[in-house]
Formats: sequence, structure tokens, C-alpha cells
Amino acid sequence: MYEVRFHGRGGQGSVMAGGLLAAALVEEGKYAVSIPSFGFERRGAPVVSFLRSSDREIRQFTNIYQPDCIICVDPSLVRTVNIFDGLKPGGTLVQATHQPLEALAIPDFVATVGLCDAVPIALEIFKRPITNTLMLGAFARTTGVVSLDSLRTVLEESDFRDAGLKQNLLALERGYNETVVHQINRRAAA
Amino acid sequence: MSTATLEKTAPAKPKQKVILCEGNEAAALGVALARPDMVAVYPITPQSSLVEHVAKLIADGRMDADIVDAEGEHSVLSVLQGGALAGARTYTATCGPGLAFMFEPYFRTSGMRLPIVMTIVTRDGITPQSVWGGHQDAMTVREVGWVQMYCETVQEVLDTTVMAFRIAEHHDVMLPVNICLDGNYLSYGASRTELPDQADVDEFMGHKDVNWHVALDPLRPMAVDPLTGGSGGKGPSTFVRYRKGQCKGMQNALRVITEVHEEWAQKFGRSFSPLLEEYRLDDADYAIMTLGSMTGAAKDAIDEARDAGKRVGLIKLKTFSPFPVEALLKSLGKIQALGVVDRSVGFRWNCGPMFQETMGALYRLGRHVPAMSFIGGLAGADLTTAHFHRVIDATEQLLSNPAPIEPVWLNEND
Repeated sequence: MYEVRFHGRGGQGSVMAGGLLAAALVEEGKYAVSIPSFGFERRGAPVVSFLRSSDREIRQFTNIYQPDCIICVDPSLVRTVNIFDGLKPGGTLVQATHQPLEALAIPDFVATVGLCDAVPIALEIFKRPITNTLMLGAFARTTGVVSLDSLRTVLEESDFRDAGLKQNLLALERGYNETVVHQINRRAAA
Repeated sequence: MSTATLEKTAPAKPKQKVILCEGNEAAALGVALARPDMVAVYPITPQSSLVEHVAKLIADGRMDADIVDAEGEHSVLSVLQGGALAGARTYTATCGPGLAFMFEPYFRTSGMRLPIVMTIVTRDGITPQSVWGGHQDAMTVREVGWVQMYCETVQEVLDTTVMAFRIAEHHDVMLPVNICLDGNYLSYGASRTELPDQADVDEFMGHKDVNWHVALDPLRPMAVDPLTGGSGGKGPSTFVRYRKGQCKGMQNALRVITEVHEEWAQKFGRSFSPLLEEYRLDDADYAIMTLGSMTGAAKDAIDEARDAGKRVGLIKLKTFSPFPVEALLKSLGKIQALGVVDRSVGFRWNCGPMFQETMGALYRLGRHVPAMSFIGGLAGADLTTAHFHRVIDATEQLLSNPAPIEPVWLNEND
């Protein structure tokens, strides 16, 4: 079982990203479940959604409290939400940020970090800071859990409310290509 | 009937499209496959995306049904009653406050023996104000003569939605059916789902005949729902005949639900326990009992407890109305203690409604089985494996200690 928690703000499409990733994993023949958390959704408010992936049927329809990976599609969220809460030791962070690794306050137990300066790319492509498909590309690059091809296939089959397919395919591609992956060996070194 | 017995007879699965979809979409796709003639809707959280999906399927020409966007739920069900009386296969969905607003025609539907199918995307009762999942709405109307089946997974939602029409329209049943699907976790939770082929479903559905017994039909003029009852003339006996017929239909539904599930397993290669499912129960000393989407986490907790040497099993109810007393007695006969987890509150008995109903069945077992009530997952609260480990541990205590009278509120400190 591989578990992911998405962090974002209402309107950035993190719930949709969870669904797209689940669909891409199903496309690859895996089992996947995506569960959005729910509240009075409004633009800008912190939101989370959850994704489970497995080679076997997934029975739990619950939120995720100890994820293997966190995907944070918003650069400012880390100031208001403890996005690392419950992340497994040796876990992965995929973060939208313009800052270099050294400038980020990342806990010691995080082993892999994928950084993507997604907002300027999103502004370029969508004229709006919608970073979800970019960060799916960043996730694919950082973890290899899902292939770019199956994400592409799923995008091609999706209905988009706020942007076109071409833009989303480009965002996915650029998210993948413009992510820098860091393997952190602090624990091993200590 | 356990899943295991069904699987033995199930043939290889026919080719089916694999998709990712959420529970609400699965319900809509199931409805489309069943080809209703008429749908009436009024959106309400967490049902809204379900009827939006249905409306889109109709708008896109993937579903050939008349859709009535009514001004409220009372009209929704009243409109469908007219449709059913005119011979249409009919469908709607609602929850919580919408179901409450629908109550007058809701009662009338079962009395007129109209096989309307309605999804309840279950939502907790208000007030306290909340828009989130819980079984309180469906539980509140468990005594109104509708068949009610609760689903565990998105796939089960899709498959049960199709089966519901067959069950409702069976001439030995002729009762309205609710498919209960958990608001939030199942309505918005998306998972890998197999989509049956339309031609196979058409074959499964067979011939439609829904108003043979009561009709708005100029060729067969009749008084529909005449005044009965009172204390004179044929009133009392007529009223009793109606009520006894409803009860008979409910009892027949136990058989028909089982038969339809068996036929589904044969045709589509997916088997769901029709009345209740036993999980690791045969050699269990004690068991926990669940309903709906909480069951998946509960099964995972059972596996972990088994690995730790605990002799615990699980009973999941699917069919809540009619209450499957005989099937449940067989399961209860295997165990020495029971913990029942409800996602709603029974205010009168200070326990969960499923616990209360199970106590009724236990009386007929003729042997004392200590049992206790757990209430959790109210108003969208999560029920995780950790919660179920607490349920398992507390139920194990009943093997040697008296059962507490008070329920355990699982999310009290969450």
C-alpha cells in the first residue's frame, strides 16, 4: 500500500489531482482509492485529499494519517498548516516552491524531496496559479510511482472546467521536466 | 449466504470496462444501465453530484429517460408515483433534509407497492447543523416499508443500483428500494470500478412490468389508493390486507434479494453477500458487526487482530430492511460475544439502531450472547482501523466481563 496526502488551497485542484492520480494508477492496472476531505469548500482555504494505491484490492475508505508521500501544490501553505503531520519516516515531499532545498524547513525524517517552481509555470500556461497537473508531473518525476504516459492518458480522458487539455498536458510535462529531486541522507550520516 | 459460497459457482467474468469513479458517479452509471423511463431530482449535499451525473448522462444522450427537475423532494417522489402508476421504471436520490421533506409520499410509495428505486446518499440528522455523512436519515425511515440495502464499496454501489430495480419490480416484492451509500466517504471516494456491458445488463433486467397491480391507465380504469380503514364495513379488513401484503412483500424480498445477487454473480462474476456477510467468523469466539463503507477498515482491523492471535470475526449487514433475522441467527450462533458499530443514534434506547435490532434477533437465539453498542462515524467523522481495534478489544472483554449498558462513542475524543 502506498499512501499520498495532497495539500492545497480551495480552487487549486488538489482534490481533482487526487482523482487524476488514482485514475492513472488504475490505468496501470493497480487498485487505487481517492478520498477528498470535505468541508465548506471555498477558494483559498487549506484543503487536503487522500490517495491509496496497491496491487491488491483496497478495503479502507478512510482518511490517511500516516502517508508515504505528501504533495503540496501551494508554496505558502507550509506557513499555516503542518503538512508533515504523520508523514512516515523516510517519506517523500513533493513541494511547489521557488526556494532552494536549503531555505526550506524540512524535518529530518523526510528522505526524498522533489521541488518544482510551479506557480510561475502555471501563470505562464494558465494565467492563473493552478498547479495541480504540474505537481502530478513533479510527483511522477520524484517518486516513479506513476508513469507520465498513464497520467497523459488520463488527462486526455478528463473534462476540464478551468483549462484546456493542451494546457494541462503541457503543465504535466513541464512539472515533470522542471522538478529537482533531492535524496537526503541526513539519518545515514548521523 | 457467505461470499465464499457464491464464488464457487461464479463463472469467469465477462469483459468489462475498468474505470475510476466515485460512489455518486457509480450510482448514476448503475441507473443508466438499468434504463429507467423517468427520473425526478432535487439536489442536496452529499447527493448533488449523483443527480448532476444523471442529468449529464441524459443530456449527453447516454441515457434515454425523462428528467423532472422538481421544486422540492415532496414533488420529486409524487411525480415518480405518477410515472410508476403509468408503467414507468422510475428513479431518484436524496438524503437527510430532502428525505425528511419527502416523508409523506415516501410512506405512500410502499403502501401503493410502487417499485421506485431511490438512492439515499446517507447524511447525518440535523440539528446540530452539519452536511456530512452518517446513517441517521436512512435509519429514521427504516420502518416505512422500503427495502434498504447498504453498500460497502463503489463497485457494490454500481452493481446494487442495477439489482435494486430487479428486486423492487419482482412480482413477489413490489416494494420501493433504497440503496444506501455513505455520504462523503463513499459518495466522493473514488475507486477502481468495473462497468458492465449494457447488452449484458439488458439481458439481466428482462421484461419490465411495474403497474400490473395498480395503474393510471385509461384502458384499465381503477380507483387508486381508495379510502380504507376505520371500524366499519370492509374498512378494517381491507386495511389489514394491505398491511399484511406489505409485510409479506418484505419477507419475500429476503429471498428475492438473495436470488438476484446470485444471478448477478453468475452473469457478471462479482458476488456480494445479499443479506449479510460473514468475515473470518467460522472459528471466531466473538465478532463485531458493521454496516456500509466502515466495513473495509473493520476487515483490515480484523486481519491485524487475527495476526495478533485474537479469535475475532465480523458480520456485515447489507440488507437492513427487511431485517434478515434468520440469516443473522445463523451467524450469531457461531459466537460468544458481539460488538455492534452503528453510524447513527437510537435515541430511545441509548444505543445504535442496528444494535437495538440485533438485540431483537438475539432473543430468538435462545442463548445469552453478551453484546455492546458502539456509535461512531457521525456527521462525517472517520472510522479507522484504530477505532475498530478499540471495538475488538472492548468486545473481547465481554467474554469474561458483564456488558456495559451505555454505548461507547468512538469519536468522542477525536
